Amino acid sequence: MKRRISFTAMVAMTALGVAACGGSSAGNSATGGTPTAGSSSSSMGHFNGASFTILGQWTGAEQQAFQSVLDSFDKATGASGQYSAAAGGDEASVLGAKVNGGNPPDVAFVSLPGALEQYAKAGKLIALNSAAQQAVSSNYSNEWVTLGSYNGKVYGVPFDASNKSTVWYNTKLFSNAGISTPPADWTSFIKDAQTLHDSGVRTPISVGGGDGWTLTDWFENVYLRTAGTDMYDKLTKHQIKWTDPSVTKALTTLKQVWGDRNLVGSPSSALKVPFTGSVDNTFKANATSGIVYEASFVATTITGDKLPAKVGETAKFFPFPAINGSQPTLEAAGDFAVAFSNKPVVQAFLQYVASPEAAKALVSSAGSGFISANKNLQTSAYPDATLGQLAQQLVSVGDNFRFDMSDQEPSAFGGTPNKGEWADLQSFLGNGNVSAAQSKLERDAAAAG
Amino acid sequence: MSDRRRHGPRGGAPGEKRWFAWLFLAPALVMVLAILVYPLIYSIVRSLFSDTPTGAVKSFVGLHNYHAVFADNRSLQAVKNNVYWIVVVPTLITILGLVFAVLTERIRWSAVFKTVLFMPMAISALASGITFSLIYADQPTRGLGNAIAIGVHDTFSASHPYPSVQPRDTTVFVGSAKTGYTTRQKYSAGTPVLLPLVGLNLTKPPSSTAQAVAPTSGTGVVGVVWNDFRLGGGGQLGAVDTGERGLGGIPVQAIQDGKVVATTTASSNGQFSFSSLTSGSYGLRLPPSAFGQPFNGFSWLGPSLITPAIMSVYLWIYAGFAMVLIAAGMAAIPRDALEAARVDGATEWQVFRRITAPLLTPVLLVVFVTLAINVLKVFDVVYVLQQVAGGSAGVADVLAVTLFRDFGNQQYGLASAIGVLLVVLVVPAMILNIRRFRRDQT
Repeated sequence: MKRRISFTAMVAMTALGVAACGGSSAGNSATGGTPTAGSSSSSMGHFNGASFTILGQWTGAEQQAFQSVLDSFDKATGASGQYSAAAGGDEASVLGAKVNGGNPPDVAFVSLPGALEQYAKAGKLIALNSAAQQAVSSNYSNEWVTLGSYNGKVYGVPFDASNKSTVWYNTKLFSNAGISTPPADWTSFIKDAQTLHDSGVRTPISVGGGDGWTLTDWFENVYLRTAGTDMYDKLTKHQIKWTDPSVTKALTTLKQVWGDRNLVGSPSSALKVPFTGSVDNTFKANATSGIVYEASFVATTITGDKLPAKVGETAKFFPFPAINGSQPTLEAAGDFAVAFSNKPVVQAFLQYVASPEAAKALVSSAGSGFISANKNLQTSAYPDATLGQLAQQLVSVGDNFRFDMSDQEPSAFGGTPNKGEWADLQSFLGNGNVSAAQSKLERDAAAAG
Repeated sequence: MSDRRRHGPRGGAPGEKRWFAWLFLAPALVMVLAILVYPLIYSIVRSLFSDTPTGAVKSFVGLHNYHAVFADNRSLQAVKNNVYWIVVVPTLITILGLVFAVLTERIRWSAVFKTVLFMPMAISALASGITFSLIYADQPTRGLGNAIAIGVHDTFSASHPYPSVQPRDTTVFVGSAKTGYTTRQKYSAGTPVLLPLVGLNLTKPPSSTAQAVAPTSGTGVVGVVWNDFRLGGGGQLGAVDTGERGLGGIPVQAIQDGKVVATTTASSNGQFSFSSLTSGSYGLRLPPSAFGQPFNGFSWLGPSLITPAIMSVYLWIYAGFAMVLIAAGMAAIPRDALEAARVDGATEWQVFRRITAPLLTPVLLVVFVTLAINVLKVFDVVYVLQQVAGGSAGVADVLAVTLFRDFGNQQYGLASAIGVLLVVLVVPAMILNIRRFRRDQT
């Protein structure tokens, strides 16, 4: 998901941040003394007085979590990093303006691998030195390293991540309907949703079709499972057309759920439900839905919106179901730290960012909902079991995951409300016309370049 | 020195001390150059270049960006919407303003009336948009629009007892909620008929339902219509189990040769009987009156109503503005002309048509042209209401919104092209207005 999405999403984010702030004070004091001493700090070197600037998109509890990472680096090295959040949460535009204006920050956290590639291509980025590169490849699986690379050089350090293959469900409604184990494959997913419907749940699956990005995530999860990772990569780079039979298959599969009024209600209502609304529908008192698909940040939305459900107790998740025996796979998203300047302290910072210590400082701050794909981070570092499970799944798939496709496409196609892929999938949700959707997607993808 | 004093405080003759005038003009001039002229020229230049995905200048593309505005279906939709706006809104607002101005002249408390009508102008368009986003909300508990629509509708038509209930599959019934459900089989007296349905809200079952009981015997065709699902699941499909509730109040029709021959109603344990049907076999039908979806009001921000809905908000904001300007114009009309006409026996309509309207034309034109310029640039109301419109928001796009969006996507070339286009479209209206001002001055 991109944070620059829309007004409503931004309001939701703000609300979320504010709400999360209140509960996170306990976690912060604990992270002040995160273990950074010993071997790691000595290898980090000393940069007394060296200052550098960092641009990111985090505010509220997320900013506090990041600040704790920065603080421990500053403490160990004597450097002073200045973090600022991009105005309006629109990091891509703010960063673009700064770079094009010749005034880039020393370090930026980018959520779009495509942007990383563009800046690297334009020669704006400084590649990681061997120590930092070493830190990245020893702590992250190859796929993450590749995502941060351009032309054989590593530029980006993976930092926070989200697990976008999680289906959240209301345990109370499941037990009302007599469903004891969550579905593992697509067929039983549909069957269980139908059972929910029979048990009187009006809209078993709440699809947040009001926000186009939730639909791209649905599609990407289905495509990843019906077409496989290789095709996924090709479609991401638009090396195959959207009119490809593999897309037909994925959309047809998706239609088994989206096209069934018993499962998702009427398309015109689904198209009005924003992401936060879909979470509310599923976890409010007198919930009207039992299932909502979205990423790990659904957990933060549940606590942030003060919904009555308890994450890990009455709000649980299961992995996005396998389709026709597909291998365990996962869709992920996340931020990468990149360097725009060649100050030595910047390389040291990036090296630190790649370390399990930094990941620990990041995730142990309660309320942020951050998880990390760092494979050397113990799941016990997470403040609650659900976050631990989310991260564990992310790490355990190794290289068999893929980064959010729409986050890798040009934003005019994959990242804009009422435009491109978002709008095309919305009209597909509305009318269920597979071939029309494919030709629209192909036309828009081609137009966005 | 003495020279200047003799000329008095007005300074020198024309042509003299021009630098002095320029000195006072300079700050304004600098502002105009810096934030109007320079950006305008830069936008024109920028609109001829394409962008890299991160917003840097890529290459010279000539008029391609302008072509793209019209080639892309969605921005073409925005162009069309701008046309609708310009055709409909200024005219409607001017007419409304005129009507209000004429009518408020003839009532008591006209100042109060005018103030109330003018008030929306004092509210920011953003706030108005948010207010109306609530009025247009789907749920009648939130949205005034649908609260009224549903209230009126339900006064005139009855609601259905079991909107969510339906057959589990097609083994027993065929049909839909709209046509009602008819059994595949025919039944005769003797064996109790089982009519299973599902979908009842189990956590809050309506009071018309109770534990279902399968009838064991009875005169004529007897049976049970019940919700074949119990809280917590389990139970046998197609059999009445403990915890499953009868659907009391559902009408059941007996059908023979396509005609309804008898009708009865299920009791709260689900049982029904046709004691008169002792011989022959009958199909059974559950008529649609039991299942129809409740009327949910209108989808104000759905694809078909969204643009008119947003236009209404704009109307609400600007009708008062037009009224005040037109009322001021009317106040300037010489009273004696009106009175002379009335004395001569002209009707009110004739007075309006022959005297008021012609004398008001210049004012009406000013109002119209000002509105046309504003409407062309419309952004805030549309943008705010689009945020709550979900998937159909794109239908309401106008050029200014697409400009904003393309700018956000760092497609500065395309955004500049739209900006330049808007300027070009505003220019004729501007020229018209400026000429009128000049004429008025001379």
